[in-house]
Amino acid sequence: MKLDTSGLETFVPPSRGLNVLPSDFTASPAFDLPGCTDFDGFQKNAVQMVKPAKGTTTLAFIFKEGVIVAADSRASMGGYISSQTVKKIIEINPYMIGTMAGGAADCQFWHRNLGIKCRLHELANKRRISVTGASKLLANILYSYRGMGLSVGTMIAGWDETGPGLYYVDSEGGRLKGKRFSVGSGSPYAYAVLDSGYRFDLSIEEAAELARRAIYHATFRDGASGGVASVYYVGPDGWKKLSGDDVGELHYKYYPVVTSSVEQEMAEAPVA
Amino acid sequence: MSIFEYNGSALVAMVGKNCFAIASDRRLGVQLQTIATDFRRIYKIHDKLYIGLSGLATDAQTLYQRLVFRHKLYQLREERDMKPETFASLVSALLYEKRFGPYFCQPVIAGLGDDNKPFICTMDSIGAKELAKDFVVAGTASESLYGACESMYKPDMEPEELFETISQALLASVDRDCLSGWGGHVLLVTPTEVQEKALKGRMD
Repeated sequence: MKLDTSGLETFVPPSRGLNVLPSDFTASPAFDLPGCTDFDGFQKNAVQMVKPAKGTTTLAFIFKEGVIVAADSRASMGGYISSQTVKKIIEINPYMIGTMAGGAADCQFWHRNLGIKCRLHELANKRRISVTGASKLLANILYSYRGMGLSVGTMIAGWDETGPGLYYVDSEGGRLKGKRFSVGSGSPYAYAVLDSGYRFDLSIEEAAELARRAIYHATFRDGASGGVASVYYVGPDGWKKLSGDDVGELHYKYYPVVTSSVEQEMAEAPVA
Repeated sequence: MSIFEYNGSALVAMVGKNCFAIASDRRLGVQLQTIATDFRRIYKIHDKLYIGLSGLATDAQTLYQRLVFRHKLYQLREERDMKPETFASLVSALLYEKRFGPYFCQPVIAGLGDDNKPFICTMDSIGAKELAKDFVVAGTASESLYGACESMYKPDMEPEELFETISQALLASVDRDCLSGWGGHVLLVTPTEVQEKALKGRMD
């Protein structure tokens, strides 16, 4: 991403118009505004600058044994890959995890914040918060910041007194309960694999493999997804990380290179 | 996003001792969506002359067809193949013809000239030639390629070492670019033979 410095070229010194105003005018507290002609544009660009983790593939689904959550690990800025080892599955507490899509800082900060709120709930009420309650806490916070530039697309997955829970929450204020979600630029590809392979009565191994395949196929087609495919499982005893496979190796495991065989060996013609 | 970054590409050419190598990635995408992973952007002009066209794939193919046409006319009239220097001037002229509505391509030309002297050069989309003695790069991964080549290149490499160097430089560079990669093609040209190899790479 290139910094657009065009707005900085016509810099106006902050001393403008001081001679026509009373001398104590500058004593009143005020924010320094960036010295640029197009302040709205500058602000918009500044908001765009703090959103690195744009391209992402994350997914989660409920099945017989609990919830499976999986994600890739790439962070990109425009076409540049800034990291291949991002932790996009955030552990909120031992029974609940959240996924990260959109702004990395926004997701990390508000998941940490949610973790605090969940712990306080636990101390006040002597029981763990439900997934419904936790997701609603987050959704309400995000709604209160609506239109201020937060960028969060997350899934809250966990196990509570009612069994497995899964919610999709975003910074536009949306909150959806569901059995199957995928979020991020690679989500159409992940959904394709997930929808065609999903059954409720999948075993844990089958479900993990389905999630891994969905993430792999998304990283293959989507330029902004890649790195490592991590798979988490949330069951009655809390979450557990099942696997973390380098997609670079996963491809050749799924599709080994077949060395083209020699069609016909040269042989001596039989003597008649 | 720039039209040069619509399809995504990575191109590099390096000079060795009486030989050269030219390499590219294998991806064709539409912005972030990967369409094909067996795409070719290095074209043969004759046995000892190759051109890689980074940038917009449709313009690259059109430009290649015009170049083949002009090279065939040259062969008929002169009864010989073009020298790399001459060909570079031809590419430059064809590109500047479209000064105010350019082909969205950045070419990389590599060839062996008279007495097998290696020649490499690159151009911008309107034909400004840039000759180099060591290596040239182009495409969406060009910045990473400059870094990799700058640190890995040595003068007067033998063909085997040149192949290893260009391959490692290409694979390392495309790992930092969303829009290129998905394997690679390497052409190693010596006075006596041309070796073409497909590289396995990360498929994300």
